[in-house]
Amino acid sequence: MRTITYRDALREAIREEMLRDERVFIMGEDIAGYGGTYAVTKGLFEEFGEKRVRDTPLAEEVITGAAIGAALGGLKPILELMTINFSLLASDLIVNSAAKMRYMFGGQAAVPFVIRMPGGGGAQRGAQHSQMLESWYAHIPGLKVAIPATPYDAKGMLKSAVRDPDPVLFIEHELLYNVKGEVPDEGVEYTVPLDAADVKRSGQDVTIITFSRMLHVVLPAAEDLAKEGIDAEVIDLRSIRPIDIDLIVESVQKTNRVVIAEEGWKYYGTGQGLAALIYEYAFDYMDAPIKHVTGADVPMPYSKVLERAAMPKKSDVIEAVKAIVPAALVRR
Amino acid sequence: MKKVEMPKMGDTMEEGKILHWLKKEGEQVKKGEMLAEVETDKVNIEIEAFASGTLRKILVAEGSSAPIGAPIALIGTPDEPLPDSPGSGGKSAETTKTAGVPTPPNVQGSAAQQPVAPAVFASAQQAISDGAAPISQGRVFISPIARRIAEENKLDYAGLRGTGPNGRIIKLDVEAALTRVQPAPSPVQAAALPAQPVTAAEPVLPQVDTGEVVEIPLTAMRRTIARRLSQSMQTAPHFYVTSVIDTDKLAALRQQINEYAASDPNPVKVSFNDLIVKAVAKALLRMPQMNVSFAEDRLLQKKQVHIGVAVALEQGLIVPVLRNADQRGMLDIARETRRLAEAAREGKLRPEDFSGGTFTVSNLGMFDVDSFTAVINPPESAILAVGSITPTPAVVDGQVVVRNRIKVTLSSDHRAIDGATAARFLQEVKRLLEEPFGLML
Repeated sequence: MRTITYRDALREAIREEMLRDERVFIMGEDIAGYGGTYAVTKGLFEEFGEKRVRDTPLAEEVITGAAIGAALGGLKPILELMTINFSLLASDLIVNSAAKMRYMFGGQAAVPFVIRMPGGGGAQRGAQHSQMLESWYAHIPGLKVAIPATPYDAKGMLKSAVRDPDPVLFIEHELLYNVKGEVPDEGVEYTVPLDAADVKRSGQDVTIITFSRMLHVVLPAAEDLAKEGIDAEVIDLRSIRPIDIDLIVESVQKTNRVVIAEEGWKYYGTGQGLAALIYEYAFDYMDAPIKHVTGADVPMPYSKVLERAAMPKKSDVIEAVKAIVPAALVRR
Repeated sequence: MKKVEMPKMGDTMEEGKILHWLKKEGEQVKKGEMLAEVETDKVNIEIEAFASGTLRKILVAEGSSAPIGAPIALIGTPDEPLPDSPGSGGKSAETTKTAGVPTPPNVQGSAAQQPVAPAVFASAQQAISDGAAPISQGRVFISPIARRIAEENKLDYAGLRGTGPNGRIIKLDVEAALTRVQPAPSPVQAAALPAQPVTAAEPVLPQVDTGEVVEIPLTAMRRTIARRLSQSMQTAPHFYVTSVIDTDKLAALRQQINEYAASDPNPVKVSFNDLIVKAVAKALLRMPQMNVSFAEDRLLQKKQVHIGVAVALEQGLIVPVLRNADQRGMLDIARETRRLAEAAREGKLRPEDFSGGTFTVSNLGMFDVDSFTAVINPPESAILAVGSITPTPAVVDGQVVVRNRIKVTLSSDHRAIDGATAARFLQEVKRLLEEPFGLML
């Protein structure tokens, strides 16, 4: 398999879906001639033309409403929002329209669209532009929330999202676009389901559950732990709604210990919701309380030094694991 | 509602197995009536009801074991409500919450399916608690998976030391406790066995022929022998003193006694061993420093002389005790020893028949052995091993003559007894046997 970036994997998914289904089109701010804020859509305008690659005004509420309308009318729009932070302007459209249409029209209407948008911090974007807000949308029945961490999953899940009959929020991360990974050759068809977590590293002693960019913090942490005799299993959620609780419970039954590592804030977020599910379904298999590694409970600082301090690090993951894996279990 | 508890019926008894219930649930029992037949580590014995009433509930099914003090049945009035948990309020109150199997009230016959009374866990708890470790007080903190494993294995975890944060008992602690309790019970842990299905199934454990070997499951007696004698050898530093004793005068005395005893209204035959027991008892009376138990921080010098006489059985070995042997006449010793040996062979020894010994005599003379060394029977501190009477060339007044002689070897616990003391004691025994007139005084 070849190795390509997360960005290129997304572009391939969009292009392949546009080639496969002429109802698929893309819209967003600066996605056409400029090629997208993060260059994901580069070259597609040239290939598909302005009818299917449409620049929009800088007005998230308007363009999200337009995308919903297009979807209701039988098209399959892929809308790019510059960041998840700006989606708050469109949140009424997303929550009150897109998520509700199928239900309120008794199945006679559907909104088969995808909103692509990066979340997260680490690039000195300041307090307003560095947030992980995926759990806000995961709270809403009627939405699907995909949040892949690798090029392979990004391509396969974006294709699944385009084909899905309901609204899918597809959450990327600014610091993931340059991450490289193995992806099947262009034209080799594959998809990744929107309801399946993935064991990215198999282990016995502790289950570390993570998603998005934090996977690339957790995997090196797991390797460091392995050198110290702790065998960690790493689960990449890939989707947070629906969430693959079965796979997680299966893992907890094996390891009896859980660390949840996420970039976002601690309170009322993805990790806490997941922790409640684990306690509900795997309580009898727990040997220790769940440890939760999160970003600092502050607006993201702009200062490079402070931003780094506010984001969870490899050492935080290692420390959390060691707090719940008994020393006697460590293989010397 | 009164609880019938597993009585202590011997020094070494830690648990008893119910062989048969002689009364059924709902049947009337009178105080003093036989209630059940119980197998201890040494004997089978019938236990009696201590109160009159209706046998309301059997808590330990036939074939199952319970530790001393554990409730095994409830006696009350016919319409008295049964308590929810038979162990509650008893010594095992803190453990009942972990038993997990509440006794279904008023369900006839359900007791038979309940393998162990909750109180059984109390002994498991004692067994597995690490003496040096702090035992958690009050609420026990235990992880869900650890509790689940403990309950699945009927292990009481209340006394476990938790190694997790805040002293929480975690999975490793329970697994470690289970490996300590299950495969190779050490002396202290044997009491935990009743909590294990292995013991409950013991009566039907078959021999297993693997082709290479035949695996023979241990009987309660064999397990007790293994445990106590290993404990003895491992904790008591044994040393041995051997003496050769001339038995010609003893043989003459024995003949005289037996001629006399034959005309006794209750005729009995006195054996050489009876004479040796008498000699040992007299010597102990004279040397109480041999009649001791080592109790770690002190010696316990016994005022009474109770001589154990080892009896070989088909399935093992038991040491019935001749109480106050020093005060008994020869014929009495002979009669009592015969009775004890017979009861031992029939498995009908009473608890007082095999407990409280202060010194043991082990005689393999009938097997034509020259001499041997014996393992001290704890908590005693010495044992005399007696060989066969053998015609031996001896030097008497510069002449080689043939004399009947016997070799005896005294094993002593050096923590309690020194070499010179043991030697003087053996000298006294030798004097009493070689000039046996003294035995009669």
